[in-house]
Amino acid sequence: MISSKRNTLSLSTADRRLGAILGLLAVTAAMVAVSILFFLIDESRPLLNRISPARLILDASWHPTQGLYDLSPMLSATLLASLGALLLAVPVGIGSALFGRYYAAAWLTAGYRRMIELLAGIPSVVYGFWGLTMLAPWIGRFEPPGVSLLTAILVLAIMILPTVALTADAALAAVPQSRHRCAAALGLSRWTAISGVLLPSARKGIVSGILLAAARAVGETMAVLMVAGNVVQHPHGLFDPVRTLAANIALEMAYAGGDHRAALFASGLVLLCIVLILAGTVQWYKARDFYDQK
Amino acid sequence: MKTSLPFAERSSHSTGSTCPDAAYTLGELHAGAPCCVPEPVITVENLSLNYGRKPALEAVSIDIYRGCITALIGPSGCGKTSFLSALNRLTDMIAGCRINGTIRFEGHDIYEPGNDVRQLRRDIGMIFQNPTPFPLSIRRNIELPLREHGIRKQAELDERIYQVLRDVGLWDEVKDRLNDPAMALSGGQQQRLCIARALALRPKVLLMDEPCSALDPISSGMVEDLIQSLAGRYTVVIVTHNLAQARRIANYAGLFWVTERAGQLIEFGRCRQIFAQPAHELTAAYISGARG
Repeated sequence: MISSKRNTLSLSTADRRLGAILGLLAVTAAMVAVSILFFLIDESRPLLNRISPARLILDASWHPTQGLYDLSPMLSATLLASLGALLLAVPVGIGSALFGRYYAAAWLTAGYRRMIELLAGIPSVVYGFWGLTMLAPWIGRFEPPGVSLLTAILVLAIMILPTVALTADAALAAVPQSRHRCAAALGLSRWTAISGVLLPSARKGIVSGILLAAARAVGETMAVLMVAGNVVQHPHGLFDPVRTLAANIALEMAYAGGDHRAALFASGLVLLCIVLILAGTVQWYKARDFYDQK
Repeated sequence: MKTSLPFAERSSHSTGSTCPDAAYTLGELHAGAPCCVPEPVITVENLSLNYGRKPALEAVSIDIYRGCITALIGPSGCGKTSFLSALNRLTDMIAGCRINGTIRFEGHDIYEPGNDVRQLRRDIGMIFQNPTPFPLSIRRNIELPLREHGIRKQAELDERIYQVLRDVGLWDEVKDRLNDPAMALSGGQQQRLCIARALALRPKVLLMDEPCSALDPISSGMVEDLIQSLAGRYTVVIVTHNLAQARRIANYAGLFWVTERAGQLIEFGRCRQIFAQPAHELTAAYISGARG
């Protein structure tokens, strides 16, 4: 491969200037990410210097003004809500991408894709509002109070569905047409071609999209805050109200001070770590994928 | 402009052996004498093919003979690949592609409504210019189509995998790593795997669309030898831009040329005759390198 960094083209003055400007912009973006990480560490240090980090999940409860910093109910609510949303959104998202690409008529696909893109563009507060006024009362009729883990899962699932569907669609679109033709030339049925050849070919992109969607679900704040009920407890069932880590920060930051404030920054740090783990998994998965090396 | 050939053409590769009457259709690669007989297995009559309003092929009539290698030559864009794709109905996948005329495979019109396209494609295999292994293991590449066509016993699958990999000369190279990714093979190995994958379905006809042109000279030579070893057992239709290759391996040759409207079959006949005494002036110009 020809490296674009060390090519033999000589650089003009304008090129050098452009390079310098672009470099500066890239450094700025990277610095913002790094500085947020340091900011979180720095702000949560007053607390973490005095107590062991283990107490963040081992304390008896979340009463930060009384020196109890148990984040585990909110951590479990965050993880369960995200996992539930993924369980719903992944099959529907991949299914809809397959339908749009291989089964639907062209006009239907185009309209359908616009709808999914629209879904991606709806602000999260609107989802929350819809969940609060329509979904929660409906669920509440079966099992009060209605605002619950289940409501959060459903709203989150709808919110991350476009991410899964659009990345899966893009990954399928990037599969070389030759593989499709070759599968057909071997007399494979449409479903065998899809399940045996095209999905494995698009595997990398689809999995990356799922992990991105997971990161979005973990960090989603406003919509979840509006529909989850915000009770700090380990959920025992789908109808229990819960509070996620992100919602907790948003709810309490206005009045928190001292160690309470530091504990909120620590929960932000935990959130960031989860997202970093997801992003790292994407990188690892992409580098690892055994069957598609080129 | 259908050219009929009243005399029997023995394959140049058979060393004096004659074709047993019944046994010429197929056989394992290592068994029996190769044989090429002037009995059409595919008959194309007055075929024209359009992409939307744009004609790609016009009035093509040709017989593809059983057990023979038929080379289709001609400049780029003259419809050779379109013609090949029409033979296994791969043109069905192209929106706006319209076909007129008849193509008979073993006497049956392949475009008759209600035909089993998958069975047709099982009988008429296809190899593409760029090797297209699937991103699966070597074993699974061959197993997938076999399972699809109802072969599910592991012993039989293993037997066929061994057989076809041996036939394409890949067995010794990959026998210890059948579960490794097919994408990690070299280009030439990938193409031989694709041929093995097609052979595993025991097709009657193999369509090859410039199977060597994306390979390095050594791999290309190996694939060419392989095609030559298929002669007689399989009916092969090969599109090639390599005239020397066509001359080396083919029993019959057809020249496609793009006229002012669409691609046409200009001349068809025995390979030796096409190269030694072309009947059409365009053929003479093309094979001598003066045109094309």
